[in-house]
Amino acid sequence: MNLHEYQARDLLRARGLPVPEHVVAETPEAAARAAERFAGRVVVKAQVHAGGRGKAGGVKLAATPQEAREVAARILGLTIKGLPVRRLLVAPAVDIEREFYVGITLDRAAGRPILIASAAGGMDIEEVAKVSPEKIRRLPLHPDRGLEPFDARRAGFALWPEAGNKVAAVCQKLAAAYAAFDASLVEINPLVVTPDGRLVAVDAKIVLDDNALDRHPDLAALRDLDAEDPRERTARERGLSYIQLDGDVACVVNGAGLAMATMDLIQHYGGRPANFLDIGGSSNPEKVTVALEIIQADPNVRAILFNIFGGITRCDDVARGILLATEKSPPRLPIVVRLIGTNDAEARRLLAGTTLGTAVSMDEVVQKGIALARGTAVA
Amino acid sequence: MSILVDRDTRLLVQGITGRDGGFHTQQMLAYGTAVVAGVTPGKGGTTQHGVPVFDDVESAVRATGANASVVYVPPLAAADAVCEAAAAGIGFIVCITEGVPVQDMVRTLPYVQQRGARLLGPNCPGLIAPGVCKIGILPGNIVTPGPIGLVSRSGTLTYEVVYQLTTAGIGQTTCIGIGGDPLIGTKFIDVLRLFEADAATEAVILIGEIGGSDEEEAADFVRTSMRKPVVGFIAGRTAPPGRRMGHAGAIVSGNAGTASDKVAALERAGVPVAPTPSGVVERLRSVWQASGGSAR
Repeated sequence: MNLHEYQARDLLRARGLPVPEHVVAETPEAAARAAERFAGRVVVKAQVHAGGRGKAGGVKLAATPQEAREVAARILGLTIKGLPVRRLLVAPAVDIEREFYVGITLDRAAGRPILIASAAGGMDIEEVAKVSPEKIRRLPLHPDRGLEPFDARRAGFALWPEAGNKVAAVCQKLAAAYAAFDASLVEINPLVVTPDGRLVAVDAKIVLDDNALDRHPDLAALRDLDAEDPRERTARERGLSYIQLDGDVACVVNGAGLAMATMDLIQHYGGRPANFLDIGGSSNPEKVTVALEIIQADPNVRAILFNIFGGITRCDDVARGILLATEKSPPRLPIVVRLIGTNDAEARRLLAGTTLGTAVSMDEVVQKGIALARGTAVA
Repeated sequence: MSILVDRDTRLLVQGITGRDGGFHTQQMLAYGTAVVAGVTPGKGGTTQHGVPVFDDVESAVRATGANASVVYVPPLAAADAVCEAAAAGIGFIVCITEGVPVQDMVRTLPYVQQRGARLLGPNCPGLIAPGVCKIGILPGNIVTPGPIGLVSRSGTLTYEVVYQLTTAGIGQTTCIGIGGDPLIGTKFIDVLRLFEADAATEAVILIGEIGGSDEEEAADFVRTSMRKPVVGFIAGRTAPPGRRMGHAGAIVSGNAGTASDKVAALERAGVPVAPTPSGVVERLRSVWQASGGSAR
């Protein structure tokens, strides 16, 4: 789960990191009042879950409250990477002498979190890693003890030889925050040195591990429901895993690997997948109903295919779910179904005599689904 | 022969009185797995499907000689269950539980390793050696004994490929799901090493997906250290970057972990990668025959 910058700033400031005060504004007037309060130049930043906000015009400086009002009005009218800007962060502008990158994330290959530190702050760290990897230090954390203080100092003095201890202290607190929040990523970019020699975190990013949210109800409550695609939100709340894509062939699958392979197969045969959808291992008929509702709410979808491999999931249960869902509200789109594995004969018997199309193999169901979406076949 | 399990495997089920643990205990018993004990703290002294239940792993091991364990406990308790098994001297631990916090695994993996145990998973379907032993949730009715080893990060996609193998009359030595999480106890290379050393395995199928770099590591291993033929399949060619595709580990981060990188790495290592699941069997036949195997 991604947090907004203002949420990350609040959390890191509360843990003693050098994050300046800010105000969250939802109107140009509120932004002007915030600028008045800070009595000086401010930065106005769009609060959306998207990288590259600056390039998209979502981050502006303002010298006066009047100017803050104007830039706020402009930014609130923006849509950045498909996300409408509803909230702004207003904070005092910071003079920059040098800027660093510091972040903690998981190194999957090493099986440990690592501290990533770079003197090339304020830039996209993945870009830095690609163009000039020598500018990046990667220091693994100890699995139990976390960031060793000597490693923090190594990073600190590498970034700022004149005051390495200050940077080390920031890294240490950042590592403690990473552990305390069960985060997947905590990042300060840039960590700025001001002309008067202070360290200031000018931006903050936190990504939380979804799997750990149950033991952090306070953090789970920070989820911005408005920022989530409404269909993806419904799916999450009902125990499905759904991601919308831009094609017209929808698929309902059990298991994440098979769901990805089904999307890939749609593309392989010249179609365009409309979604990723994993109904999970249970055969709860209600999940099928929800899946059909979510899919049919996507106006781009022109046909629906089911690809179910019954192992633990029982095919007859899924068939009952399909029948229940389609009886309750007859589908407006053609459907083709492939059910194989546990109790598949019973499932076929249940679906016989309905208007639903059927298929035996994964290749067949995908080809039929594409033909239905193109209108070159009927279910 | 099979890898990781055999007829001497004596299985302990952690979380045996739970819904999933109970159901799959029955399934494993029906397949012929020697389920010798269960553990649910507070339910010690009872029996579940004829299996004695203990309060803790150490007592269960002492009383029954269990040498492998399968974990069905809820996500926030799973890491502790794995460590408990390792501490009690269990050598092979399979964690089925999905949704284990990643930082729990950061601490658990070295703990397990230091005690000389092997962990499979978490978030995996387990493994099955056809006709010998089944641990986890893989359906027993789609496998058949034979000379192919299969290793995968997925569950149902594995079933799909195994089913096609079995339908084509090609049996398996062992089918292993290593799990879809970012941090797992047993990686592709660990399983490839075991298959390479296993006399009964003639060829190997590797089913990977987007995210991380385990497939690339596996490709290196095949190139440098394997003589047996390997064929591959990679799921997630159409996955949008930055989105988690169901499995916690299935995510393209920046430019890393894409399907095309993995396909390219495998093909460079001489591993043919099938464009579709149904293409796997065909490719397997051709490399297996070329290696002098008993392909039909």
